[in-house]
Amino acid sequence: MFGIEDTYVSLAYLLCILSALLCVIYGAINWNRGDEPVDSADVRWATRQQQETTEEL
Amino acid sequence: MHLAQSISPLEVVLTLLYLAAVAFLGWLGYQRTKTTADYLVAGRKVHPFIMSMSYGATFISTSAIVGFGGVAALFGMSLLWLTFLNIFVGIFIAFVVLGGRTRRMGHRLDAHTFAELLGRRFDSRFIQAMAGLIIFLFMPLYAAAVLMGGTEFLATAFSMPYVVALLVFGIITAIYVFFGGLKGVLYTDALQGTIMVVGMLFLLIWAYVSVGGVAEGHKELASMSDQVGAMKAIGHRGYTATPTFGWGRPADLKPGMPSPYDMWWIVFTTIVLGVGIGVLAQPQLVLRFLTVKSGRELNRALAIGGPFILLMTGVAFTVGALSNAYFFKHEVVRGQLVSEMPADVIIKKVPGKANQTAQYTLMHIDTDSPPDGKADVDLIRPADPADVRVLDDGRVEVRSRASSIRRAVVFDQVEGAWMLNADSIIPTFVTSAMPRWFKIIFLLTLLSAAMSTMSSQYHTLGSAIGRDVIEPIMGSPPPGSNRTIYTVRVGIIIGLIMATLIGYYGRGEYIIPRATAIFFGLCASTFLPTFVGGLFFRRITRPAAITSMLVGFIVTALWLVFVKDAEAGSIGLVRWFTGGANSILAGYDNWPVLDPLLIALPLSTLTVIVVSIFTRAPDPLHLEKCFAASAPGQSAGAATSVH
Repeated sequence: MFGIEDTYVSLAYLLCILSALLCVIYGAINWNRGDEPVDSADVRWATRQQQETTEEL
Repeated sequence: MHLAQSISPLEVVLTLLYLAAVAFLGWLGYQRTKTTADYLVAGRKVHPFIMSMSYGATFISTSAIVGFGGVAALFGMSLLWLTFLNIFVGIFIAFVVLGGRTRRMGHRLDAHTFAELLGRRFDSRFIQAMAGLIIFLFMPLYAAAVLMGGTEFLATAFSMPYVVALLVFGIITAIYVFFGGLKGVLYTDALQGTIMVVGMLFLLIWAYVSVGGVAEGHKELASMSDQVGAMKAIGHRGYTATPTFGWGRPADLKPGMPSPYDMWWIVFTTIVLGVGIGVLAQPQLVLRFLTVKSGRELNRALAIGGPFILLMTGVAFTVGALSNAYFFKHEVVRGQLVSEMPADVIIKKVPGKANQTAQYTLMHIDTDSPPDGKADVDLIRPADPADVRVLDDGRVEVRSRASSIRRAVVFDQVEGAWMLNADSIIPTFVTSAMPRWFKIIFLLTLLSAAMSTMSSQYHTLGSAIGRDVIEPIMGSPPPGSNRTIYTVRVGIIIGLIMATLIGYYGRGEYIIPRATAIFFGLCASTFLPTFVGGLFFRRITRPAAITSMLVGFIVTALWLVFVKDAEAGSIGLVRWFTGGANSILAGYDNWPVLDPLLIALPLSTLTVIVVSIFTRAPDPLHLEKCFAASAPGQSAGAATSVH
C-alpha cells in the first residue's frame, strides 16, 4: 500500500488519514449538536479570566 | 560567510512584515476585546476555524516539525504511529471525551490553571501547589525544545552561528510572549495556524515531487535499508520498516553488542506512547477547553483540527523520512569549494566519557554565489570519487550520497567540534531541496508554530509559580497588591532563561524530541490518572489523587535518574557511584531504553484506584459543586451573535 511493503507502517499511514477523516465526519455529523446556554458559572469564569489577563498585560 | 550575505533584504522585510502583522492583529484584538474570555462574557461563539487553529497552533510547535521530523529521518516512517495517536488521542479523544467535561468542571470550580483545576476538584491546596511546582520546574524542558527547533532552522537556513540564532529566535518569541501572547488574541492564533497550514502543505507536495512521487519516493526509501549504518545493530530495518520487535538478547548475540530490540522500545515507548498519550495531560492544552462556549464548538473544531494535525506531524514525519531518499539519490550541491579538511565528527555524545567520533573529510561549499543563490553547505565528502566533479567554471558539483543524519553535520560551539545532529535534518532538507523563497515561508511557519506554543507555555509556567505555588503557600495577596503579577512575570523570565540555557548546552543528537518526550511522559504519569479520574469518577478521593501524583512523579524521576540510559547518563549520578555504567540496569537488555511512562503510568493509575477504595468517600456537597449543573445565567448573547 502506498509503495510501502511493511504492513505496520502502511497501516500507520492509512490510519493517519482515516483518523483525520473520522474527525471530519464526526464534526460534520455533530455540527449543530451540543450547544449549551451560557450559565452563571461560565460568566463568572470568563469575568475572572478577563481580569487576570488584563492585570498580566 | 558573513551574516549579511546569508539573509537577503527581502527576507528581512518579509519577516518584519509578518511580525508587524502579528503585532497589529494583537493590538486590534486588544482594542476590540476579541479574546476567548471576552467572547464568553458576551455569550458569543468563537468561530470553529479559530478555535481549532488556536488549539492546533498551541499543540504543534517547532519541536514537532523540526525535532520529531528529524527523528523520523533517523528512525523512519514507523513514527507515523505517533501522528495517528496525535490525531486519534490528541484530537478525537481529547475533544469528544475530555473537552466538554473539562470545560464544565473548570467553569463550575472557577479554575483558571490546570493545577487549580486539579486542586479545586479534590479540594486541596497541596495538590494545586504540587502540580504548579512540577509544571514550573519541568515546562522549561519543553520550552527549550520549541526554542531549539526554531533556532536550528535559523542557524542552518541562514548560515548563522547557533548561539546567535538562539538569541535572535529567543528574543523575538520573548517579546511576543510579553507583549500580547499572554492575551491569547484569537486573530493571531488564526493567522499563525493558517501560515502553518500553507507552509506544511507546500513542504509535503514539494518533498514528494523531489523524490519522484508518493509510491516512488516510498520505494526509493525502502531500497535504502543498507544506509541505516550502526543503527542496524539496535534493530533498524530500513526507513519504511518497523524496527525489530523482541525483548532481551538473542542467544547468538556477541557480548558487548547492543540488543537488536532497543530501537523498537525507543520508538514505541518514548516517542510514540510518551508523546501520543502525554498530550491528554498537557496543562496548556487542557486550558484551551475552558475557553469554549459549548460542546458544539468542540464538535465543529474537531472537523478542522484532525486534518490540521495530519498536515503538521503527518507531513513533518513523512518529509523527515523522505529526506533520506532526497539526500541519497537526488541532492546535487554546486558552488565554490571554500575548504576541504579532515575532521573528527561526533557521531554520538557519550556522557562522562570521550564522545564517539568518526573521521570524515568535510567539504565547505559556498553556494551563495550566482547562479543558484543558496546558502553555504557543509557536507561529508562522498565515498565515491565520481560523485565529486569540477565544473568548467571552477566550481564543484557534489552528489552528497548521504543518509539524512550523515548530511546534517553542524559545528557545535559548546564541544568545539563538528557533529551529526538529527535536529538539523529538516532545516538542512528545506535549505537544500526547496526553492530559496520557501525558506522565508518556512521560517514564518516555524515562527508561528513557536510563538503560539511558547506564549501558552510561558503563560502556564508563570501562572504555575505565581498563582498555583506562591498564592496557596503565602495566601491571596491583599486587594490592590501586584504580588501575583510580579511572581508570574518573574516565573516567565526564569523559564525563558532556563529554556535558553538548555538550548545552548543541550544541543546534539535528537535532544528536541527527547526533551519534549520527557515532559509529556512526566505529565501523563503524574497528572493523567488524577485528571481523567477526577473528571469521570466521583469516588476518586483526595488522598488517592495525592498519592497517585506522587507515585507518578517519583517513579518517573527515579527512572530518569537511575535507569533510562540517555537521561541517567546526562545526570551522571549512577556513573558517579559505579564509575562506569550510566544505568543501574545496564546489564539487563532493553530496560535502560524503556520509557518511564510504561512503568510510572500503570503504577499511578493503580494507586488512584486502590487508594480510593480504601479511603473515605469525598464529601457529597463538594461533589455536587464539581459535577452538578450550575444556575442558568446570561445566555441571551449566545443565540444572537455569531462571529
